[in-house]
Amino acid sequence: MTVNIPKVTHTTQAIKVKKQSAVVTFFSNLLRSWTGMVGFLIMILLLFISIFGQWIVPYDPLLADFSKKLLPPMTDGHLLGTDQLGRDIFSRIILGARVSVIIGLTTVLIAGTFGTIVGIISGYFRGWVDVILMRIVDVQLSFPFILLVLVINAIIGSGLRNIIISLAIGGWVIFARVIRSEVLALREKEFITACVATGVSRTGILFKHILPNLFTPIIILSSLQIGTYIIAEASVSFLGFGVQPPEPAWGNMLNEGKDYIFSSWWLITFPGIAIMITALGVNLFGDWLRDTLDPELKGE
Amino acid sequence: MSDKVLQVNDLRIRFRNGKETSQPIRGVNFHVKKGETLGIVGESGCGKSVTSLSVMGLLPIKTSEIVSGEILFNNRDISRLKEKEYRKLRGNEISMIFQEPMTSLNPVFTIGEQLSEPLRQHKKMSKSEIRNNIIAVLKQVGLPRAEQIIDEYPHQLSGGMRQRVMISLALLCHPKLMIADEPTTALDVTIQAQILELLKEIKVKNEMSLMLITHDLSVVAEMCDRVVVMYAGEVVEEAEVNELFDRPLHPYTQGLMKSLPSNNERKSKLFSIDGQVPKPSEIGEGCVFANRCPFAFEKCFAETPPAFNRGKHISKCWLQDPAVKEVMQNEERSIVNS
Amino acid sequence: MLDFVIKRLIQVGVVVLLALTVVFFLIRLSGDPTALFLPPDAPREQIEEYREKLGFNRPIYVQYGDFMVNAVQGDFGQSLRSREDALPLVLDRLPATFQLAISALVLSLLISIPLGVLSAFRRNSIFDRIAVAFTVLGQAVPSFWLGLLLIYFFAAQLNMLPSGGAGSITHLLLPMVTLAAYSVARFTRFTRSTMLDVLRKDYIRTAKASGVPTIRLIGRYALKNSLIPIITLVALDLGTLLGGAVITEVVFAWPGIGRLLMQSLMNRDFPIVLAGVFIIALIYAVINFIADVLYAYVNPQIRVK
Repeated sequence: MTVNIPKVTHTTQAIKVKKQSAVVTFFSNLLRSWTGMVGFLIMILLLFISIFGQWIVPYDPLLADFSKKLLPPMTDGHLLGTDQLGRDIFSRIILGARVSVIIGLTTVLIAGTFGTIVGIISGYFRGWVDVILMRIVDVQLSFPFILLVLVINAIIGSGLRNIIISLAIGGWVIFARVIRSEVLALREKEFITACVATGVSRTGILFKHILPNLFTPIIILSSLQIGTYIIAEASVSFLGFGVQPPEPAWGNMLNEGKDYIFSSWWLITFPGIAIMITALGVNLFGDWLRDTLDPELKGE
Repeated sequence: MSDKVLQVNDLRIRFRNGKETSQPIRGVNFHVKKGETLGIVGESGCGKSVTSLSVMGLLPIKTSEIVSGEILFNNRDISRLKEKEYRKLRGNEISMIFQEPMTSLNPVFTIGEQLSEPLRQHKKMSKSEIRNNIIAVLKQVGLPRAEQIIDEYPHQLSGGMRQRVMISLALLCHPKLMIADEPTTALDVTIQAQILELLKEIKVKNEMSLMLITHDLSVVAEMCDRVVVMYAGEVVEEAEVNELFDRPLHPYTQGLMKSLPSNNERKSKLFSIDGQVPKPSEIGEGCVFANRCPFAFEKCFAETPPAFNRGKHISKCWLQDPAVKEVMQNEERSIVNS
Repeated sequence: MLDFVIKRLIQVGVVVLLALTVVFFLIRLSGDPTALFLPPDAPREQIEEYREKLGFNRPIYVQYGDFMVNAVQGDFGQSLRSREDALPLVLDRLPATFQLAISALVLSLLISIPLGVLSAFRRNSIFDRIAVAFTVLGQAVPSFWLGLLLIYFFAAQLNMLPSGGAGSITHLLLPMVTLAAYSVARFTRFTRSTMLDVLRKDYIRTAKASGVPTIRLIGRYALKNSLIPIITLVALDLGTLLGGAVITEVVFAWPGIGRLLMQSLMNRDFPIVLAGVFIIALIYAVINFIADVLYAYVNPQIRVK
C-alpha cells in the first residue's frame, strides 16, 4: 500500500503541470503575435471598463446641464466635451461600453447555445430532421442579417432585452451551419468509426467524443461573432431602434449627435472611435485565436 | 564534353525559413548524356525533387538560394540566369513531368488551352498550327479521340490519361532534356507500366535525354542507362545500371537492394534499413549515412568521404578508399594467421 | 445547363415564399395584428371594425392562405398612412437602391480585386502590409459612422459635396463610398488569401514549367482559379451590401427601399414592410441565382458533366 501513495500524488502533479502549461502556451503564443496581443489588451480594457465604469466616470452620464451644452473637448474639465444636453461625453462612452459588452456576450451566449444545439442535432441525426432544420437556416440566410434584426426589433419593440433577442434570432443560423458541418466532418473521422465499431452508445459518442471536439470551432466562431453583434447593435440603435435614450449606447449617441454634425464634430467622432476600437480588438483577437487553434482555417 | 546535355557541378542549395536555414543539397555532382536516361534514386526527402526543381529554375525565389556550384545545360551555366532568360528554356529546351497528374493540370482550362501555352511562349505559330501540333502530340502519346480531348477539361480524363497529357505538354517543343519526377507513383500499377513504356518510346523517337526521378528501384532497372543514388542531399553512388545492380558499393545502395521484394524467394520478412534519414540540421562532419551504416567505423563519423572512382563507378564511402581496403585486408590476414 | 438553371429558379421561388411566410407569422405572433395595422391611438370601435374588415377574426391558416394568394399577385394591401398600394410604393424606390448598391459593388470590385491580387503577389512587402492593415481596419469601421465622417469632412467642412438627397452624381458619391468601404476590405482580404492559396497549387507550377510569364500566370491562370471562391463570397456578401444600403440610405437621405422600409418600421406601416421584405428577399434570391449560374460558368466541373 505504501508504494501506491506516491504514485497517486505523482499523477496529480502531472495533471497540474499540464494545466499550467496550457495557460503558459496561451500567453507565449499571444506574445508572439502583436496583433493578437493588441486585440487581447483591448478586450481586457473593455471588460474592465464595463465592470468598473460607474466608479471611474468623472461625471454623472445622465445628468443634463443646459448651461454646459455642446462644450468642445478639453473645456471645463470635460475631456471629450459635452452633448446637446450638457452631458459629459467621456462618461457616457464609458457607460456605453457596458451596453456593448453585455449585448455582445449575452447574444453570443444565446445564439451560440441555440445554434450549436441545432447544429449538433442536424449533423448527428441527419435524415429529415437535418433537411428541415437546414431549409430553415437557408431561408433565414437568404435575408440580410442586419435587416432581419431591424425588422424583428421593430416588431417586438426596442430596449436592451429586445435587441439581444433580435440579434440572437438573427445570429443563431451561423452557429447551426458551422457546427453542423463540423459534426458531419467528425462523424467521418476514424476514431468515431472505431467507437461505433467497438459498440459505444450513440449518446456516449455524442457527449464523450463529439462535444469536446466542437469546443475549438465554437470558441473561434463566438469570438468572431461578438464583433458583428456589437456593430449590429450600434447600427440598430443608430437607426432609432435598439437601446433607447437616455441610456447611453454608442449607437444612439451617434444618432443624437448627427443633428449637430455641422456645428459640433465631437458628438459624432468619439462614440464612433469607441465602436471602431472595440470591433478592431475583438476581430484581431478572434483572428489570432482562429490562426492559433485551427491553422487549417488560416487567412479566411 | 559536348556529349553531355546537363552537367551539375558541386551544387549547393540553401533554404531559409524566417531565421532558420537548412541545406537540403550539399555538393551534388552528376551529368546527363545525350539520348541517355539517368535515374536519380533515393528516399523521400533526400533532395531529388529539389535538385530537379533547381534544374528547372523553379525553386521558390525568396526562400531558397543556390549557394555555390553550377548547372551547365549544353555547356552554358543556367544556375544564375535571370527569370526572363530561364523562361525561354522552360517547356522549350527543358521540360518537366510532375508526380501528381490529378492536381498538376488546371481544372478551369481545357486541355488545349493549357497545351497551347509552351507553343505560344516559344514558337511563332498561328492558332491553327498550334492546334494541329497539339493534336499530333496527343496522338503520339497514345491518347484516343485527340480531336475531342483537346477541348475537354482535366476532370473528364482518368489519371493515366492526364499523365499522358502532362507528357505531351512536356513534349510539345521537342525539348533536349525531359525531367520526370516520380511520373508513375500516383498511378495504378497496370497504368504505370504503360506510362513507362511510353516514356521509353518517346525518348528514342524525339532523340532527347531523360532524367527520371524515382524511389522505385524496379522502375530504375526497367528504364535507366545510368543511376545516381542520393541520400540526405548528397550523391552517394553513381554507376551504369547493370553495374549498380550487380555490384552495389555503398552500404546504403546495398540496403536499398536488399529491401526490394524478390520474385524468386519468399522471405518471411522484408529487409529494412534501421534508423532514419538525418535532418539537414543534424548533419555535421563525417559520412551522412554513418549513423545507419552496419559497417561504420571511427573514420566514418570523423571525416566526410570523398568520391572514390572505380572506372565509371563512383561511390562516396570510406570502404572504397584503397588505403582502408589495405588495412582491412591486413586485419583479415592477421585474423586468419592467428 | 438548362436543367441547372430551372432547378435554381424553382429554389428562388421557394426561398421567397418561405421568407414571406416567416415574416407573416412573425407579425401575427408578435401581438394583435389589428393594433399593428392601425396607429397606436386608434379607438376601440375602430379596432373592432378593422379586425372584421381585414379578416383577422378568421382562423390563422385562412388568413395565411389569403395573404399568400394576394402576395403572389403583388397585393400587399395599402399603406396605412398614404392609403396607396404598398407594392408600387416600394417598386418606385427600387431604381434608387439599385443605383446605389450596384455602383458601390462595382467600385468595391474594381478596387479590391487588383489590390488583393497585387497584395498576394507581393506577399509580405510593405505594400502588402499596408493593404492588410487597411482591410483589418476597414472591417472594424461601422458604415454609418464612416458616412457621418464623410458628411462632416466633405459637406460640413469642405462644402464640396451635398450631405444628402439624390439627383446628381455628386449626390451618389458619398453614399457609394460609404457602402463600398466594408466590401472593399472584405473582398481585398479574401482575394488575397484565395490568390495565395491558388499560387501554391501544382497546376501553377505546371504553367511555370511551360514557360508562362508571371503577368500572364497571374492575370490569366491564377485569377480565373480564384474567381470561383471570389464569386461565391461576393454573392454571399451581397446580403450584407443590401443591409448596408438600408443604413446608408438613412444616413444620406437616399430615396431607396431601405429608407422607405425604415420609415415604415418607425410608423408601424406594416403593409409596406411586408412588401419591402418581399422585394428584398426576391432581389437577394435572384442575385444568388445569378451568382450560381456565373459560378457554374467559370467552373467547368459543374458546367460540363
